[in-house]
Amino acid sequence: MTLATAWYQSFNFVTSLYIFAFIFFIVGLKGLTGPNTAVKGNKIAAVGMVIAVVASLIGVGPDGIAVINKSSDVIVIVLGVLIGTALGIPSAIKVKMTAIPQMVALFNGVGGGAVALISFVEYNQWMQEGATPELQALIPTLFAAIVGSVSFWGSNIAFGKLQEILPGRPIQLPGQQFINLALFLYCIGAAVAIATGTDSVPLFVSILVAAALLGNMVVLPIGGADMPVVISLLNAFTGLSAAAAGIALQNVILIVAGMIVGASGTILTNLMAVAMNRSVPSIIAGGFGGGSGAVAAGPEGEEGRTVRSTSAQDVAIQLAFARLVVIVPGYGMAVAQAQHAVKELTRVLEAKGVEVKFGIHPVAGRMPGHMNVLLAEADVPYEQLREMDDINPEFPRADVVLVIGANDVTNPAAKDSPESPIYGMPILEVDQAAATVVLKRSMGAGFAGIDNPLFYDEKTSLLFGDAKDSVGEITAEVQSL
Amino acid sequence: MNLTALIATAHAAPAQNLDVVTMLAILVLSAFVGFEVISKVPNTLHTPLMSGTNAIHGIVVVGALVVVSQSTGLLAKFLLVIAIAFGTINVVGGFLVTDRMLSMFKRKPEPAKVEATEEAGS
Repeated sequence: MTLATAWYQSFNFVTSLYIFAFIFFIVGLKGLTGPNTAVKGNKIAAVGMVIAVVASLIGVGPDGIAVINKSSDVIVIVLGVLIGTALGIPSAIKVKMTAIPQMVALFNGVGGGAVALISFVEYNQWMQEGATPELQALIPTLFAAIVGSVSFWGSNIAFGKLQEILPGRPIQLPGQQFINLALFLYCIGAAVAIATGTDSVPLFVSILVAAALLGNMVVLPIGGADMPVVISLLNAFTGLSAAAAGIALQNVILIVAGMIVGASGTILTNLMAVAMNRSVPSIIAGGFGGGSGAVAAGPEGEEGRTVRSTSAQDVAIQLAFARLVVIVPGYGMAVAQAQHAVKELTRVLEAKGVEVKFGIHPVAGRMPGHMNVLLAEADVPYEQLREMDDINPEFPRADVVLVIGANDVTNPAAKDSPESPIYGMPILEVDQAAATVVLKRSMGAGFAGIDNPLFYDEKTSLLFGDAKDSVGEITAEVQSL
Repeated sequence: MNLTALIATAHAAPAQNLDVVTMLAILVLSAFVGFEVISKVPNTLHTPLMSGTNAIHGIVVVGALVVVSQSTGLLAKFLLVIAIAFGTINVVGGFLVTDRMLSMFKRKPEPAKVEATEEAGS
């Protein structure tokens, strides 16, 4: 046996390739944090993934057994990869840009599901062989089972809510907090029982089930507006569970990649929560403010107050004779796929000498950066997109603010009324402008289910209809002026 | 014992290639790498970044692959097909969606705009 074959047949061969894989992951991730390097960064990380998978397939495990050593195993692997590819690629290619957040939730969920399944297979194998697993493998396996299962089911609920299969509003059950606590304690208790020597496959399965219920119960009561933060948190969870599985399997690449995602996901979750002036624990506590009744439409209701509706022609005149127009896009623009129409309107207005800027709230749409992605798609130049702190001082100078399908992020109640469920959330101070035009589908409340006093402001007028159609009409009117 | 044989025996030791303390050290260092890499990110890139990290934890597919040879029984194999399919979806879907999102930022022809991109990102 030559030196090379000895090395190839040892686990060190696989581990050395893993080192390359995680170098690629780290460099790729670093690239993803800068606008000019992001595309390349993503590709570099993908190369890392290919290296890790290929290394695992051609090498041996820590126990010296080759990963592929039986034809039946080949069938399992090929079948799994084929099914995964057949489902994954088309859904990633076909998904509309507006539906990206729920797609990310789904991809995250299946990752967690894979971890939960691996944990079960591991444990079941020990039991079949009558082996007493070492604690250093058993504890991470239990952790991976619980967290993976929570992540899978929680992500599915998040997907359902964003896809509007489930209602976006918080769903409260009586005794919610008590049930969650009971489920959580059951998971911990049963895990401790298994770790201290109770060998039972049914008990392990019951942990998976309890964690699944917990994942459902924790995410169901959370309002749709908080969903980006929840997805980010579950993303971090899946990372942690992968790292735990890595310890159980003595697999370096799982530990490194899982933990990097766990850590960076936690940071990202916090950044998002801060942008909404929310704390992660209070989001997890369920519903706004821990589930008080204030979630439904505002106590004043809509009676006794009037909104002014306007026409495309009037809006066109307002815009064409303004010096500074600030456009505030929201989820409505995404749903209507109106970004190209908005770009066209911008072009027409600029041709008339109007200065146009975009005010982008950090959580406008369904995820941070959602609006930037859409507007970038429509070739709106970067310098026109202003972040919240940048644009807020400019609103008093703006002649017209055009709000396109945004609601909660412009709600002045977040500033003025301490009893509002979103009180304290930083908003775009649209009400400071000389006039505001809101493009809206209907008089319905925003995603958070909260009434918006902006619509009743006397400086505000509303143009009802599909955002894309409305913007198109306005553009045509501006051109004909 | 010659060198080749020595290496072969050293690595033939079953299931003891990594002791738990070494793994915890790797875990802690990886956590710091994760924290450091992400600390400064423009809002604009939050969504692609989340999607990118999401794709990276698709590494669980490797976990599923290595368990295949260690497990026996029809149930285990069946569950592992699902686990591998899940992991594969996570990987290919994750990277593709991220790439689609990012390709929209890339389409900036004039150099002036690229500079502005840098400005917005800082």
